[in-house]
Order: sequence, then structure tokens, then C-alpha cells
Amino acid sequence: MSYIANTPAQQQEMLAACGAASVDDLFRDIPDDLAPSSFDLPRAKSELEVRGYFQSVASRNYSHLTNFLGGGFYDHFIPAAVDAIASRSEFVTAYTPYQPEVSQGTLQAIYEYQTQICRLTGMDAANASVYDGGTALYEACQMALHSVRKRNKIVMDSGVNPVYRKMLYSYTANLSIDFDEVPVTHGQSDRDRLFELLDENTAAVILQNPNFFGAVDDHSDIVDYCHERGILVIQSVYPIAMALVKPPGEMGVDIVTGEGQSLGIPLSFGGPYLGFMATTRKLVRRLPGRLAGRTTDVHGNESFVLTLQAREQHIRREKATSNICTNQALCALRANIYLSLLGKEGLKKVARLCHAKAHYAKERFKAIPGVTVKESSSTFNEFTIELPVDAEDVAGTMVERGIAPGLPLGQFYEGMGNYLLVAVTEKRTKYDIGTFAEALEDVLCR
Amino acid sequence: MSLIFEKSVPGRTGVSLPECDVPSDAYIPTEFSRQSDLDLCELSELDVVRHFTALSEKNFGVDTGFYPLGSCTMKYNPKILEEVAALPGFAELHPFLPQLRHGGMLTQGALLVLYELERLLCEITGMDAFTLQPLAGAHGELTGMMLIAAYHRDKGNTKSVVLIPDEAHGTNPSSAATAGYTTTPVPTDQETGVLDMAALESMVDDRTAAIMLTNPSTLGIFNGQIGKIAEIAHRHDALVYYDGANLNAVLGRFRPGDAGVDVMHVNLHKTFGTPHGSGGPGAGPVGVSSHLDPYLPVSRVVKRKDSTYTLDYDRSKSIGYIAPFYGNFAVCLKAYAYILLHGADGLREVSGNAVLNANYLMHALKTVYELPFDRTCMHEFVLSAREEAKAGVRAVDIAKGLIDEGFHPPTMYFPLIVKEALMIEPTETESKETLDCFIAAMKRIAAKVKDAPDSLHNAPCTTPVGRPDEVKAAKDMDLAYLAK
Repeated sequence: MSYIANTPAQQQEMLAACGAASVDDLFRDIPDDLAPSSFDLPRAKSELEVRGYFQSVASRNYSHLTNFLGGGFYDHFIPAAVDAIASRSEFVTAYTPYQPEVSQGTLQAIYEYQTQICRLTGMDAANASVYDGGTALYEACQMALHSVRKRNKIVMDSGVNPVYRKMLYSYTANLSIDFDEVPVTHGQSDRDRLFELLDENTAAVILQNPNFFGAVDDHSDIVDYCHERGILVIQSVYPIAMALVKPPGEMGVDIVTGEGQSLGIPLSFGGPYLGFMATTRKLVRRLPGRLAGRTTDVHGNESFVLTLQAREQHIRREKATSNICTNQALCALRANIYLSLLGKEGLKKVARLCHAKAHYAKERFKAIPGVTVKESSSTFNEFTIELPVDAEDVAGTMVERGIAPGLPLGQFYEGMGNYLLVAVTEKRTKYDIGTFAEALEDVLCR
Repeated sequence: MSLIFEKSVPGRTGVSLPECDVPSDAYIPTEFSRQSDLDLCELSELDVVRHFTALSEKNFGVDTGFYPLGSCTMKYNPKILEEVAALPGFAELHPFLPQLRHGGMLTQGALLVLYELERLLCEITGMDAFTLQPLAGAHGELTGMMLIAAYHRDKGNTKSVVLIPDEAHGTNPSSAATAGYTTTPVPTDQETGVLDMAALESMVDDRTAAIMLTNPSTLGIFNGQIGKIAEIAHRHDALVYYDGANLNAVLGRFRPGDAGVDVMHVNLHKTFGTPHGSGGPGAGPVGVSSHLDPYLPVSRVVKRKDSTYTLDYDRSKSIGYIAPFYGNFAVCLKAYAYILLHGADGLREVSGNAVLNANYLMHALKTVYELPFDRTCMHEFVLSAREEAKAGVRAVDIAKGLIDEGFHPPTMYFPLIVKEALMIEPTETESKETLDCFIAAMKRIAAKVKDAPDSLHNAPCTTPVGRPDEVKAAKDMDLAYLAK
């Protein structure tokens, strides 16, 4: 199927206007010896055939499992209005708002999104978003290293998402940055061992709240300790939890990052997602990526515009604060719509539902012989259980019963082969949790 | 227009959630709880829908009208692609699922999409292997630079410099610098508009890690010497990076892999069917020749003998994780569907008509505006408003004048090597009627430069706001609506 409007007759007319004999004639700058040696693609399909094909391919995925998988990516409810509004083509088919007069919709939406993130985290300023929570964390490291001069060490808590820690190592392989990791604890960050690793070369500490095991913490004491030594604190957070748990702004954290997928963005097998970043007034000029600002136009009317662009790659080239060019504008729009719909009470209710259901799941698991719920501190909607057998085996069997029971931790942490990380969102019912607990007990009895 | 926060009415809500069906006496201890009030807005669903509908009406998209934004390939994208990406079997799939034991069998459909798209991109570009993980074009460039660094590190090469033509996108030097390289610009021949080969040859030496090329260049000119450039680079064990930003121009007519390119990225959102979404998300898959395959990020999708797919993480030389999972999967889905809709002939028609439309516009407009490099162009061309600027009307004024004519402006002031640049890329999906209307508008503006320059200085006057005060925006830095 072709989406070309011009008819062959029109194309001939246009070629004549260009003084060219044929379309191929326009490609004469490509030497003959560089003609494609092959260009063998499947025959073009009609829209009807394409629809049928993808419906069939999609049906080969087990997206219908009762989902207790989390690990930083969650199966939350998305109100219908999010899709309805975010699919408006004026948002979908526009470019980056470099021409502000015809992009006020996008620009105001970004400004509102920045505000939502600030209010959620308690920070002063947020950028227009980056690719995902992992790249946000990497960009936060770069911000810290540029802000704290002549130090090149970063200390990470092992409660930071292991996927993000792997990303940080990959990104910095060619740079001279030292990473140190605080050994694992299931509960809150181990202060003594963290402080032992800090030295005069340390630029920043990376924490996560709730951490990968679901434990909530108040990092205020770590922030104070670090600030006394000129060290910045970066915290990765779960946005839904922010409705109930202490936000980083109340702890004095310097740079906040997180994965915004939970805010109205489908799981979509890993992307596109939304990396959010927020910081203090002091560090705002170090933020990477786009920033929308409110100003006035030539007539004195309120208007919005991309601002502080002198930090960015299209102006500063090799000296830019980051190579990031795009933001996840459409995902940020979804987050803005989601937070506007849920609002103050709605988001609290979602958070309370998650927390209460996770608590109920814990109680059910405690009653299963051989299962230990790891409870070294309070958790939000995710927690770890220790099984008497290999967690991957159990997960494999549970899947056959229609339940994705959680994430086995052996692949991420040594010695945790029997541990399963279980997440519960507002979409899971008492019945789902009961079915899960009964199936688990049954599987373990065999 | 009021901010969403200014419309808030205490007690309203825009969502309907289920009652709690489990005991709800659980609480988070005070020491870990939020102390400040959660200051989000309180609105009905209709309040929210009206607000964002009103915002959308202040936007201009490809579906609104002609968007000849050079370098950005603002083509029309078929609606079926959005439908495919939203199928619940894809949209509701958790990315950790295939990482459970035998979990790959639970996501065979998704793994097939990844595998097949990688294969198709290899055929389209002539590269040996692809990773779909890079999340955007600039992210692809960074991944490519990381692969190049891994290659040199593995070979024991100590190389520190990346050569980049002076007309390149800003992301090129920025990505190379982010990966730890120093960058050196290579001049463009001011007569021909192509890379100065003599200069390049004198600059390549044993410190050169890579040469980054965009071909066709940002001037819309194809550099037929690309094979020779690869030879020069390879003589010094430097690699050639091909920025696929302009791939739309050469689909089915040139494959970077055939010219000796070692690494490249493709902007799926420009060439293969994902709309730009007001600035993202896109995707920037990276293709490599076989000698760089061992360094590709994990995971890799593998097809087994029994025709099932699995993920391989066991690659000792891999640069590791550059994305949390398998890339911007929904964007990859759209690209796969786009390629299937078009087939080989359809993709050749895409490049053919993109180039025809650009040349048609160029021939009509060069009679009224200066065309610094007057030669057959590819998918885009660059005009200069240097003469108009002498008369007091700058490129930005022409751009804003076009808004009042009902068009999105071209890219302005880029590439940097053309003064008062206006970079125009019509894309293949625009009709001759639309192009003729645009030509007529550009001619009216050219007349206004002489007769009514102030009307251009004051443009646009048909939009919700006039030109914003950017100096004030940077000085006051009002980035969020917060209580003082």
C-alpha cells in the first residue's frame, strides 16, 4: 500500500519542472558501484492484512497472566481519558516545540508536567523528561560530577534497581568514574557501611525509595551526613509511592530521578517509558534536556517557550550538558493527564489500595508453611519472600497456572536464588491474591 | 489560558476507583510518611478533557498542515500503526516476563517482532546485525560511539579523536563527547557543499577513532565519495559511523553497509512510521558490520532451530545494558508494520517521491531566494535569507511569516555553515497541490520583504500568542507553578 498522493501524471509534470527525465535521474549523485547489492523485502501487505497479521502475532504473547511482576515497572490502571486525549493528532503529529507560536499546547503541557513532578517530589524544578528511569539516573550522575568539581567517585546503594546499576556501568565504561556499591540489605540502607565508602573523592551517593526490595526509608540523615562532606545525594523514586511516603524534597535530596511508566503509560514490553528528573533551584542550570518556561509574548500576554537552550546539544554541540535531544513528550503528556485526572485524592487512593493489598498478600504468604516474608522494615506495594526452593522453578510452575508471581532475585543478587520479589497494584483483587497464595502453597507442597 | 492547577476545585475527582476489598488498616509509619499535603489538582474528567482539548487546539501537527521542517522528516504516518501498537497483547506485556525461566515462550510474539525487524533493517541498510535498544537517535549515536570505544579497547588501540563534518547535527559532537572522545570538525567545501576530501585525508591519523558522517548531508547533498572515506578511515583502523537521520532519502537506492560503513543508527520516528509526538518518543536502532557484532548491547534475540525465539545475555564482549529492556518496543512495532505495508517497491517510492518533492520545491524557490548550493538535492535543500537579512528581514521573520500563511516553518539557522539558513524538507507524502500553495506563499513573503517588511517583523499575528520573550524566560526562569 502506498501513502504517496501524487499520481504518475503529476510526477511527470514535476520531473519536467525540475528538468529531470526520471525519478532515478534525481539520484545520479549515487555512483553506480554503490547501488544496493540487495533489497529483498517481503511483498507489500494491505492494511487489512497487516491488521490481521499483528492480531495473530499479539495473540502469541501471554499478556493475560495475573500479574505480580514489578521490579520498577508496574501494571497500574490507566483511565480511558488518558488514551482519548493523548491520541489527539495535534499532540501526536507535532514536532519538538521549537516554534513556540504554533506549539503553545505542547509547551504549556510540558510546563504543567514539570509542575506535577515538582509537586510530587517536593523539588524546585523538573525537566521535560528523558528516555527512562535508567538514563535519568545516568544523567543525574553527570549532573553531580559536573557540579562537584574534581571528584569522580559515585557510591550506589544495592537497593537501587539492578537494571539501572547495570546501565550506569555500561554508560561509563569509557569514562574515568569510580563506582562503589554498598552491600545488600533487604530493609533500609545500611548507614554504617554506606558511610564507610564515602571519601574525599566522592561526588554523589545514589539511593532509591522505596528500594528495589520495596522497603521505604527516610534518607534525611544520609543527606545531612553527605552534605557536611560536600557530597550530593541522588534519589530514584517510584512516583505512585510519593502520595504516601516521604518525598525527596522533605529529605533535602539534591537530584531526583524515576521511571514515570506508572503514571498512565502502558507496560508495552519495555517502552517507550518516561524518565523524570527534578532538582533544587541551585542545580537547575545543570539539568539536561528540554525545559519549558513561562514568559510573556511581544504583546505582554502569557506564553510558554523552551528555555535555557544554551545548555543543549543543538547550540553547545560537544560542550552541551548532555547529548539528549528528544524528550518523551507524549509520555510526559500522558503522565500530566493521569495526574490531573487522579488528582490529590485519586492518587492517594491508588497508593493506599496498592499498600493495603500488598499488606494483605504478605499476611496470606505468612500463613504458608515454608514461606518467609522478609520484613526488616516497612514496605509500600512490593516485598520479598523467601521460599524453601528455587524461586525460578516456582515461578515457572506458577506461570503455567496463569499467574506471573513476581521476579526471582537470583539473577540479580548472589545467594538470593530462593527469593521472589512480589508487587501488588490496585488492579489485583482479593480473589487474585487468594488464588496466588493457594497456588503457591499447592506448588510448594508437591 | 489558565493552567490546569488554576482550575482546581477542592473535592472534585476525575477518576473512578474500586473500593478496597481487603482489610485497610495497614499504614506507613509516620517517620517514613509524607508530611506536606499532596498538592495535586482536583478536577472532574470533563474538566480535564476540555483543558487538554483546548491545549491541543493550540498545536500544529502534520495532520493539521504542511510541516516542511528540514532534517526532521515530518511525513504522514498511517493510522493503522497506532492501532497495532495499542493491541493489548503488546501494550499489556510486562518486560520482565521473558526473563522468568522459560518465560521467553510467554512472549514469542514480541520476540518475533524484535527478531524480524532487526532482520529487515539489516536488509534495508546492508548492515550485518542490529540492536533495537537505543531509545532515540542521539541515544543511537551514543550507543554507536560506545561500540566503537569497545572495539578499540578490545584491540588495544589508544584512540581519542572523532572527526565530524562541520555541517553535522549538534548531537554528533555531543554524543561523541559523552562517550569520552574529543571531536574535531572537518570543513565542507564551500564550492560544492560536500566534505572537503583533502582536508579529511590530512586529518585522519592513528589517533582517529571514527569518522561520523551524515549522508545525504544536512545540506541535502549525497556524498558519492563515502566508499573512499571508509577506505581512508580503515587504513588507520578508524571506523565509519553513519548517522541515518536522512535515510528517508535513499531507501532502496543506497545501503550504508555496501559502502563500508561500520556502525549506523536509524531514526525509526523519521523514516519508519512513528509520529514525532511533540518531541518523542522515538527510537534509534543501531546497525553494525560483523566485526562489531560481539560488542552489541545485551540482550540479543536469537532464533532457535525449532523456530522459537529466545533472549541471549551470555555475551562476554557486550557493552552491557544501554536500555532497561529491549528498546522502545511500541515504536519498533510501528516500524515493522510500516515496512510490511510498503515492501521493497513501496520504500523505493518513498525515497523517490521525497526527493522529487524536494527538487520540485527547490526549482520553484531558487528563482526567489538564494540557493547557496545549486545542484540536484536529495530529500531536502537549504536556502539562505542572507540578502533579505541585509534588507532587515531575517530568516526567522520569513519563518514566522509562513505561520500566518498556514504553514509550519522550515528549520531555521541550521546547518550552521549557511548564513540565515532555511532548511526545507517536504517529505514524500505531500501532494503537488500542497507544494504549489507553499511556493505561492513563499513568493508572497518574498514580495513582502520589499513592500511590507514590518508585516513580517510582526508575524505571526494569527496564532494564540505572538513571539515569546525568550530573554525574560531565561532570566526569570519560571519553570513550575509552585507556591512561593
